[in-house]
Amino acid sequence: MHIDRTTFAELQDSAGADFVTELVDTFLEDAPTLLAELRSARTAADADRFRRAAHSLKSNSVTFGATALGALARTLELGGLNADPAADLAAIDAIDAAYAEAAAELKGLRHG
Amino acid sequence: MADARPAAPARGGPAASPNGARLLVADDNKVNRLLMARSLDLLGHRVALAENGRIALEMLRGEAYDLLLLDIEMPEMDGFQVLEHLKADVQLRDVPVIVTSSVEGVANIVRCIELGAEDYLPKPVNPVLLRARIGASLEKKRLRDQQSALVRRFATTEVAQDLAQSGFALGGRRVQGSVMFSDIRGFTALVESQPPEETIELLNTYYTLMFDAISSHGGVVNQMIGDGLMAIFGAPLPLADHCGGAVRAALEMIDMIELFNAERGAEGKAPIAIGIGIATGEMVAGYTGTQSRATYTCIGDTVNLAARLEAHTKVAQRAILVDAVTRAALGERADVEALGAVPFKGKAAPVEVYAVGPGQAG
Repeated sequence: MHIDRTTFAELQDSAGADFVTELVDTFLEDAPTLLAELRSARTAADADRFRRAAHSLKSNSVTFGATALGALARTLELGGLNADPAADLAAIDAIDAAYAEAAAELKGLRHG
Repeated sequence: MADARPAAPARGGPAASPNGARLLVADDNKVNRLLMARSLDLLGHRVALAENGRIALEMLRGEAYDLLLLDIEMPEMDGFQVLEHLKADVQLRDVPVIVTSSVEGVANIVRCIELGAEDYLPKPVNPVLLRARIGASLEKKRLRDQQSALVRRFATTEVAQDLAQSGFALGGRRVQGSVMFSDIRGFTALVESQPPEETIELLNTYYTLMFDAISSHGGVVNQMIGDGLMAIFGAPLPLADHCGGAVRAALEMIDMIELFNAERGAEGKAPIAIGIGIATGEMVAGYTGTQSRATYTCIGDTVNLAARLEAHTKVAQRAILVDAVTRAALGERADVEALGAVPFKGKAAPVEVYAVGPGQAG
């Protein structure tokens, strides 16, 4: 399970299920841009952009209950650019995979 | 300075509800922005959205908002920079800010509070906490607005702004300025000859006319005693041509009294006359009194001299008398007549006195 159901249910409860459906769609539209930004900031060794992209991903993941994705993004946000770019690239690959899983589950959940 | 701001439509916010406060949300992340707007909308507030700090600041400068919900991590201008700009801006420093962020670390939270943020809510924001914090912030803002409205009523705009900028501190600073004293000739006899209600009405009209003439030339009325008033030109805010301002105000006051007398004449009432004294120089300006009750005023020789000149208008039979410094600053701009040196109480040497006539003091 990649989405914490309690968090997601609470979100639907407070903001309204229909609104959360729209919000999930917005996230699914925006997240690929954030992932690309993370990778591009790593390539450019731009610490600010790297931190901001990781921070945004973390923030949204926590909102939807995408716990694993949030934890991975948080590690990059707080750790900043690694001296070894390969380590960051590996972490970004892991984030891509976690996102794919979370996104698939969110798509199923948003109508539920 | 505190102009009414034109209302602009909310950018991208959900439909505005008729009640509630006008809130601005600054967040670069679209999901966060939409979710915050939704939460606030559900609380009955009207919401406008900004996608970074720079845009938020522009919107705040263009329109009045009751509260800013501010993210920290943003491109172009982050939340810390927004807080710094707000703090430095007299017009915006009182806009309450609640920081909503998932930035971690107590140091960041402390920094926000030190920079003037009212509160800090970690993201994702708990809707119950959000409602409570917004309610508390808006209530505080309402009280502050009420307080500044009171300050404006009992002080002048300039003093209110000076208070807001410098905070309240007893004690003075040296300033260059012109002081004006003015009162109604034969006021005691006038009071005795008419019902008190009529005197109050006369004073209210008189003060309205005098305040208007004085403030339109950059002066600040800081004391009203019975039919007399004291005005300062050059404090609390510096005024480049304080002599010219004071003299132009005096001439306008005389014109106003003439108009007022025409009205009184039509009602079968006796005309009134005023005397005005103006002196220029260094004075000590500041708040005097106690911590619980104080007034903004100026003291010093210049102030005493202006009061003496005003009293001397009765003797000299002139409406406006000024000292040598004021006269010199006027140059050729006014119709001035030297009346010679006059010995004043409290002055070791006689003082040169000049009468300013109506006419060319433009």
